[in-house]
Amino acid sequence: MRSDRSTTAPLGLKIAAIGGLAFLHIPILLIFLYAFTTEEKSYQFPPPGLTLQWFAVTWNRPDVWAALTLSVKVATIATAIALVLGTLCAAAVSQTRFFGRETISLLVILPIALPGIITGIALRSAFSMADIPFSFWTIVLGHATFCIVVVYNNAVARFRRVSGSLIEASMDLGADGFQTFRHIILPNIGTALLAGGMLAFALSFDEVIVTTFTGGQQSTLPIWMLEELIRPRQRPVTNVVAMVVMLVTFLPILAAYYLTRDGDQIAGAGK
Amino acid sequence: MTAAVLFENVSRHFGAVKAVDAVDLEIAAGEFFAMLGPSGSGKTTCLRLMAGFEQPTGGHIEIFGETAEGVPPYRRSVNTVFQDYALFPHLSILDNVAYGLMVKGVGKSERRKAAEDALAMVKLPGYGQRRPGQLSGGQRQRVALARALVNKPKVLLLDEPLGALDLKLREQMQEELKSLQKSLGITFVFVTHDQGEALSMADRIAVFNDGKIQQLGTPEDIYKRPQTRFVADFVGSSNVLSSAICARLGVPAKAASLRPEAIAIGTSWAEQLSLPGTVTARSFLGATNRVSVDCNGEKIIVASPAAMPVPEIGADVQLAFSRNDLHLMEEA
Repeated sequence: MRSDRSTTAPLGLKIAAIGGLAFLHIPILLIFLYAFTTEEKSYQFPPPGLTLQWFAVTWNRPDVWAALTLSVKVATIATAIALVLGTLCAAAVSQTRFFGRETISLLVILPIALPGIITGIALRSAFSMADIPFSFWTIVLGHATFCIVVVYNNAVARFRRVSGSLIEASMDLGADGFQTFRHIILPNIGTALLAGGMLAFALSFDEVIVTTFTGGQQSTLPIWMLEELIRPRQRPVTNVVAMVVMLVTFLPILAAYYLTRDGDQIAGAGK
Repeated sequence: MTAAVLFENVSRHFGAVKAVDAVDLEIAAGEFFAMLGPSGSGKTTCLRLMAGFEQPTGGHIEIFGETAEGVPPYRRSVNTVFQDYALFPHLSILDNVAYGLMVKGVGKSERRKAAEDALAMVKLPGYGQRRPGQLSGGQRQRVALARALVNKPKVLLLDEPLGALDLKLREQMQEELKSLQKSLGITFVFVTHDQGEALSMADRIAVFNDGKIQQLGTPEDIYKRPQTRFVADFVGSSNVLSSAICARLGVPAKAASLRPEAIAIGTSWAEQLSLPGTVTARSFLGATNRVSVDCNGEKIIVASPAAMPVPEIGADVQLAFSRNDLHLMEEA
């Protein structure tokens, strides 16, 4: 029997829901709006006029390009590291039983549960103690700590759904470890890795706190925006960049959601 | 002649658990061999030792004269039909069947041809383009069989191959497996906990319990001449008569097994043995009535043909049976 879906919610609940959503999303719309304002020194409402000139200004600012390139590079490399390490870790935890397995699982997830500032301080003091100069690579390492978690979480869920007898069946039919990984494991966990990778990329791309502690003189895009807000010059440029960041991070997250939503059936467990 | 599979004093211990304990086993080439036992008896571990998924902690294994210890599964001329079939969900049926040939580097057209032939052999011609999820349990089982046989293994291992099928399908597959094995001449080793399946299909049966082989013999041997109480009980639930009852019957033995269908209820002839008892329970099973009789505190089960009258509960009866049906056992 189906429950009656046409029952309407009370008016008060509707207003509360609309109010909540408006509170969450109107500020974001304001960001978009001020990307088109003609007033460059302050955010006055309503904007005195609308213009597209800030897109051209942004395009010609070398500091925007430098920050964007750095962010893309960091996110790409951190995601690549996370994909390899996260997958290996997920494989170990889900396919075998060994002493301390639960502990390792917890320790891997910890960086995302900890406040970013703790991770940041910890990494910063560790880097200084080891005399590692702050550079591009220290940012990458910092980001990799939480990117691994996202990849691991996605991969471990999928690994659990790939029944162990599939791997045994592959070996039984004459495939060695590498062939089994390529022909059986990878096709079954591929979408999970893609989704995990996209989430990791998006996380890294807008990360501020850990970057502040592990970065040297370089500014990633979110850090550049933070610095730019303090200056009174060409403010709408920041808004234009904010729009770009939103699109760059939102699309992968949306894609990841659709990729992992389907396929609830356990691979190879059908009888 | 070299044995298809040879176990010499093979053990597989998991810590303190002796899953397989000092097993000696010789399976002849071309034989249909069953490993029968309850769950946890070590039969599946034995199968996994043959497949290479487990390595023995002691002893020596040979497959067609070649040492098998340390040889990984992908270098053994042995293939397995898994209990859950383990078909690859992301591949078509044809690619599933051709998988073994693909990883060995057989050309595309050649392996497609071989896979189609194998599918035809298991009576699934034209199913190649479907996905495992679109097939019924019985069809998946046939695909799993084709996928193993296409590699022309020297030994085919079957892990509870019919466990997930319904009764009618199971009986049909029993016959098909048997005739397939005859026509291919490949050694089949299958694991089952169903004694009826083992009795009807196998040339020889090894009955497992607690990691050891309790008895190894032809189905008739196992059924009619169980050597231990466990075999008597597990294979067809024989009555095991105690030494006290044996003494009353004038048979000197520590214990004896007696099949329920070998006992008649009623007066005995002169050459037959008889025991007095009281009926304690009865149930109708279709072809037979199952009657429980209490003889001096020992329960004896009688399978009485449905055509025979069934005594009431509480009635005093005489159980009659031939001395030849009484099988004496060494141990109690």
